[in-house]
Amino acid sequence: MFGATEPLDTRDATPIATAPITRHVRGNDRDKAKPVTTGTADENAPDWAAVLIRIRDDRDEAAFVALFQHFAPRVKAFLMRSGADAAQAEECVQDVMATVWQKAAQFDPTRASAATWIFTIARNRRIDALRRQKRPEPEDLPWGPEAEPHQEDRLGLQQETKHLGEALASLPAKQRDLIEKAYFGDLTHTEIAEATGLPLGTIKSRIRLALQRLRHAMDRK
Amino acid sequence: MTTIRHHLTDGLIIGYSAGTLPEAVNLIIATHVSLCDDCRAAVEAHDALGGAVLDGTEAAKLDEGCLDATLEMIRAMDTPAPRDIQMPQDPVAPGPLLDYIGGSLDAVKWRPVGMGVKQAILKTSPDATARLLYIPAGTAMPDHGHRGLELTLVLQGAFQDDEGYFARGDIEIANADLHHTPVADISQDCICLAVTDAPLRLKGLARLAQPFLNI
Repeated sequence: MFGATEPLDTRDATPIATAPITRHVRGNDRDKAKPVTTGTADENAPDWAAVLIRIRDDRDEAAFVALFQHFAPRVKAFLMRSGADAAQAEECVQDVMATVWQKAAQFDPTRASAATWIFTIARNRRIDALRRQKRPEPEDLPWGPEAEPHQEDRLGLQQETKHLGEALASLPAKQRDLIEKAYFGDLTHTEIAEATGLPLGTIKSRIRLALQRLRHAMDRK
Repeated sequence: MTTIRHHLTDGLIIGYSAGTLPEAVNLIIATHVSLCDDCRAAVEAHDALGGAVLDGTEAAKLDEGCLDATLEMIRAMDTPAPRDIQMPQDPVAPGPLLDYIGGSLDAVKWRPVGMGVKQAILKTSPDATARLLYIPAGTAMPDHGHRGLELTLVLQGAFQDDEGYFARGDIEIANADLHHTPVADISQDCICLAVTDAPLRLKGLARLAQPFLNI
């Protein structure tokens, strides 16, 4: 298995970029779609959306192992920062990653990156486990089988997500800390109201466009 | 989709995305987002920020056997869950609300509260209260005092108050300092989903109603 070469502890996660599976996936993508010009250090960063699509479409266990090795340790850390103890977090990680496998068909790469989508699953699991509440979700807007998302939209969204990650990383420590705490569920409502935001306008517009296309596709049915 | 003029604040969107709000507040947000693609895009953009936080989190060490246990789980679930296709099932109540009213507006057990107005309290966690309101066309709601945050989402008909005109999909976000007397539009009976917080337990929630300067 591709993933078998990966150490379980991905504390220094960058070596994952050399995993054969991710190179292979990126290579395929480049053949199909316009290359994304990044020119930054993580040019070789794995395209996790493509890995997730292989899980979605091919039920590819090797792809799942690669995704697990990158995200499961982060999901565990996220849950622990959110107030779970180690044993609880460990159990939730397994649930979260199994849900990723089970619900992969709901992943829409024009509206979310793999990290974003996995975050929403982990967050919902946290609400369920720590607060014993269910979380009402908006009505789903599904792609019909005849309306596969455009490569361009997918790459555009992934690109915006990458920029957002970079913007977050380059914030002053104090502000970044505030945003992280908000997502770890560690701020009071008053503090959240004071958390100044990142510029989310571009990614918002892109998602808005993807939603517009969805509506058109639904109307045509 | 109709044009929606009154939207969520960024504070509520962050709270929804971060997963820190009471169930009743999540319910009204999910219901509004089902009708409003602008706010849906804003929520998903904030989810992207959550994804960036997750991705930037320093990885924790997993127990040995975590991967194997998970692989065992996924092998046991050989048939993937089919894509949930939730086409709108009710012209008035969006999907997330249907889950709380037994699948249909006809199933709602209304209780009269005077002046022809009826309400039904929905079962959520106790840190905030969600209720459906039925206001006959042309009726004025009594000036109801709310001490904390009050969110009102129009599902059918419309109402007018000092803050403006609210039609299907519009959400009014009122703090304790707003004294309002909504009047239902004459054209149709008005159905709203309204959420109030429990001010003593959730001090500060009302702050989320204030618009940010920075986003």
